[in-house]
Amino acid sequence: MAQTLLQVEDLHTQFFTSRGVVRAVDGVSLHIDVGETLGVVGESGCGKTITALSILRLVPDPGKIVSGRILFRGNDVVKMDDDEIRDFRGNDVAMIFQDPMTSLNPVTRIGSQIEEAMTAHKRFTPEQAKSRVIELLTRVRVPSAETRAKDYPHQFSGGMRQRAMIAMGLANEPSLLIADEPTTALDVTVQAQIIQLMKQLNRELGTAMMLITHNMALVASLCQRVVVMYAGRVVEEGPVEQIFKSPQHPYTWSLLRSVPRVDEARKDRLVSIKGLPPDLSNPPPGCKFHPRCPFVIDRCRVEEPPLGEVGPDQVARCWVLMRNVSEGDVATAKQSSISVAAAENLKAPVADIGTKSGS
Amino acid sequence: MMQAPEKAPLTTVAADPIILRVQDVYKHFPIAGFGGLAVRAVDGVDLEIRRGEALGLVGESGCGKSTLARLITALLPVTRGKIIFEGQEITKMRGGRLRRMRRKMQMIFQDPFASLDPRMTVGDIIQEPLDNYGIGSGKARQRRVQELLRLVGLNPNFTNRYPHEFSGGQRQRIGIARALAVNPSFIVCDEAVSALDVSIQAQIINLLQDLQREFNLTYLFIAHDLAVVRHLSDRIAVMYLGKIVETAGRNDIYDHPQHPYTRALLSSIPVPDPVVERTRAPILLKGEIPSPVNPPSGCRFHTRCPIARVPGICSEQEPPLEPHGQRDQLAACHFAGEK
Amino acid sequence: MALAAPALEQAVDWEVAEQQIGLWQDAWHRFRRNRLAVLGAGLVLFLILVAFLSPLLVHFHLIWNPGTQDVANIEVGPAQAGHPLGSDELGRDTLSRLMFGSRISLSVGILVQGIILPIGMAIGLAAGYFGGRIDNLLMRFTDIWYAFPDLIFVLVLVSVFGPSLLTIFGAIALVNWVGLARLVRGQVLAIKEKEYIEAARSSGSAPLKLILKHLLPNALGPIIVTVVFGIPSAIFLEAVLSFLGVGIQPPTPTWGQMVFDGYEAIYANPSAVVLPALAIGFTLLSFSFIGDGLRDALDPRMKR
Ligand SMILES: Nc1ncnc2c1ncn2[C@@H]1O[C@H](COP(=O)(O)OP(=O)(O)OP(=O)(O)O)[C@@H](O)[C@H]1O
Ligand SMILES: Nc1ncnc2c1ncn2[C@@H]1O[C@H](COP(=O)(O)OP(=O)(O)O)[C@@H](O)[C@H]1O
Ligand code: SF4
Ligand code: SF4
Ligand SMILES: [Mg+2]
Ligand SMILES: [Mg+2]
Repeated sequence: MAQTLLQVEDLHTQFFTSRGVVRAVDGVSLHIDVGETLGVVGESGCGKTITALSILRLVPDPGKIVSGRILFRGNDVVKMDDDEIRDFRGNDVAMIFQDPMTSLNPVTRIGSQIEEAMTAHKRFTPEQAKSRVIELLTRVRVPSAETRAKDYPHQFSGGMRQRAMIAMGLANEPSLLIADEPTTALDVTVQAQIIQLMKQLNRELGTAMMLITHNMALVASLCQRVVVMYAGRVVEEGPVEQIFKSPQHPYTWSLLRSVPRVDEARKDRLVSIKGLPPDLSNPPPGCKFHPRCPFVIDRCRVEEPPLGEVGPDQVARCWVLMRNVSEGDVATAKQSSISVAAAENLKAPVADIGTKSGS
Repeated sequence: MMQAPEKAPLTTVAADPIILRVQDVYKHFPIAGFGGLAVRAVDGVDLEIRRGEALGLVGESGCGKSTLARLITALLPVTRGKIIFEGQEITKMRGGRLRRMRRKMQMIFQDPFASLDPRMTVGDIIQEPLDNYGIGSGKARQRRVQELLRLVGLNPNFTNRYPHEFSGGQRQRIGIARALAVNPSFIVCDEAVSALDVSIQAQIINLLQDLQREFNLTYLFIAHDLAVVRHLSDRIAVMYLGKIVETAGRNDIYDHPQHPYTRALLSSIPVPDPVVERTRAPILLKGEIPSPVNPPSGCRFHTRCPIARVPGICSEQEPPLEPHGQRDQLAACHFAGEK
Repeated sequence: MALAAPALEQAVDWEVAEQQIGLWQDAWHRFRRNRLAVLGAGLVLFLILVAFLSPLLVHFHLIWNPGTQDVANIEVGPAQAGHPLGSDELGRDTLSRLMFGSRISLSVGILVQGIILPIGMAIGLAAGYFGGRIDNLLMRFTDIWYAFPDLIFVLVLVSVFGPSLLTIFGAIALVNWVGLARLVRGQVLAIKEKEYIEAARSSGSAPLKLILKHLLPNALGPIIVTVVFGIPSAIFLEAVLSFLGVGIQPPTPTWGQMVFDGYEAIYANPSAVVLPALAIGFTLLSFSFIGDGLRDALDPRMKR
């Protein structure tokens, strides 16, 4: 019954820079069903945004889609000509960015910008477009839409701008909405309003959504399925409930345990991931996560694991898998982050440090 | 030798369980060219911080958290009110006396890129407070800088490198090492982890917790992420439009919030658990935080409050911060505890 | 260190993200890669050498004395009668006058900036750092100063105090400090708001230390660039004054003076005009190249 809307197959997108080739997206495969909400998570720089931009064929210079297929309702986006791609961007997908101010034109009224989005793709006549603007702004719950449509972007607050962006995204009734960190720049109370709005739109209009974020809680709140990315690759994928209940990739596990929960009294240390994500122009051999992985074994350093089935609809790219990790190793992964020896040396009263010799 | 000029005997100071008192403090920034108009960033705040605790301060963007932090660390002068640190009124201090006082309270800043001087080496940055207070000899200072680097998990041989050679998380640790250099008793962290990526954020949160335990530090921990604040703090204060609207223990504030704003704020936060998320019903507030230039009359939350009696007492009379709910819990609402 | 167990080492973050070289070093690398800037620097070094060595060369009779009037050979062309670059209407050697002229031009450029630097920095720093009423007062003062047209101001000063070396240097400096003061003020205002200044204050740095250790080093890049760009404009202004006949007085050779003198016989003896004009042009260009190179080199956003 689930009908596939978008199918990305073995996508490679690379940036050809003076420092070398940056493999921003390195063999990503994922799919989104009609009406579904897919979360894409990972630390910054792991290729989430570039994956989204590749789907829209909007990869900035010096980047290029090197290989792979992006099938939208069976048509390959990678092979589309200019007319087709414009049509695809206008009518089938829309993207919402993190900072709404940079993607709105500061000198054009909000209403006119939404109108332009509609008439540019010839989906609606100018008259239809005019009346739809008010309808859309009301739909995204901009109060007194009729008068606010005449405002310029700077007259809107951050949350209202994000609403206007969503209205613009919905203008041509796309079947897929890609949202890149849509609430990161907003306050919690406003973020809650936007989450609520996106949930409602998904329910009322059946728009499929690809939500890119580093906020695990947002994924839990909005998505049915989740893809975890690391160093330009998918490292784990599965239904949200399963991934949150029994993550199998150490990276997913660490991400989930690195954020405290507001509904829990402080119980446990947070899991932190040592070091930094790799430089994608020179990634480590074997498993890309091995330099930071607390559960690394020898094999990880030389051979990269494939994406393997680890549960119903759940796949992970790991030789070890969390279900095989012992309690003891988990406890070590949460150990103290300060140097106890240094702390002891520093506890001497400051005024005396001149006389105390180092141990 | 350093402490010689200080008059207050050390024993009585240490006995006072309240390390910092903020009493009816105001900070208004006049708007140039608009006559009497001013941004009322901090507008009558009362607050106490106990020795050894971590007090969390939360609130939406622009509600005055950073301004309050800068008043407490005397980086900004108050418009009105008193701030008393270890029994001494710092709002009256200036020059050398103020500088000596500051040794006991340090600050960790939000932006790991803007808070380190790009033209100084990491060693010089961490050593600067030691130089300023004339602590130890040259050799001992250098040794201390290396110990501090080791303490925060950085290579002690990095002293000759420049800040731009480090990642965001590493820079934040340098900032922490600088703050710890002079053995302060009180540290203000203004959004010290907000600019960091999730996994790095966890490193710094763990580090701050370990340091507090190891050195008996008192923290004022400012953040807009309530989950992080709850994790790190013993007590939490909620700020709205320049005023504290509620303070309580970190569990009481979540289990029995008294102020409607606290309740809405807490319910807004998604939880990384899809099962809980399916049933969580956030209280959605209308609109956004009003301008601090011209805050609403009476209770300044009445324009967004779901239980406001308007017109009525809420728009006419400002509710005082009074005990409500649990022990040690204060809220500023005429209908505290009602839903 | 018994406590430095392997478990602990594991938690330590030993890696560093980017390249490992200081900011000034980095700037030097970038400067060196800018060919025009290096060429400019080479030319200026050469000129400085010439300026220092020319009296010595005269002493050992390697070149003519610039004041000697070789009346037998007036207005000869290059490479004639022992004048490598010809002679002027009084029979003075053009090469030697050019070499001695560089002394005036360079000292005008460099000394004037030397006078401007402390004035501009002091006023700019005071206005920017203290702000408020001091800032207002100082900036109104500079505005008024700025309102006078440069050339007229200098002409008035020179005609009142006479065209001595001191007056000319002073006059040129007096019209040029305003730009630097404004720049310094702007820099200080921008840097004052940076978090690292707050951080330094909260770690107990006194105001003087703040200014010397944090404000100045961070404002220095643009200041250096402005000062270097100021050198050619001072040289040019002196040349114009000489050309107008109110500059450094004869017989002291200056390039502007030489253009002015040779101008009357431009057809008969073009080299007497062309050569000093070229010298002025190349010097201006060299300093501009250096300025450009410095501007790029001192901007950390310009990656190598
Ligand atoms: N120097 C200043 N001049 C004028 N207004 C100021 C100044 N500093 C802060 N403000 C204003 O005071 C109010 C409170 O600012 P503050 O920085 O304390 O907020 P905050 O709670 O820290 O917000 P955020 O979460 O965004 O950091 C804001 O409206 C801000 O614009
Ligand atoms: N214009 C560009 N030139 C070179 N590399 C780029 C460019 N844009 C992105 N990258 C690189 O591609 C990788 C993935 O980036 P991105 O998709 O933006 O990450 P994310 O959205 O997950 O934070 C990063 O390593 C980034 O440095
Ligand atoms: S394959 Fe090895 S290194 Fe990679 S995530 Fe699994 S255990 Fe860690
Ligand atoms: S005083 Fe009134 S408006 Fe204010 S929070 Fe309480 S109920 Fe709401
Ligand atoms: Mg991104
Ligand atoms: Mg702030």
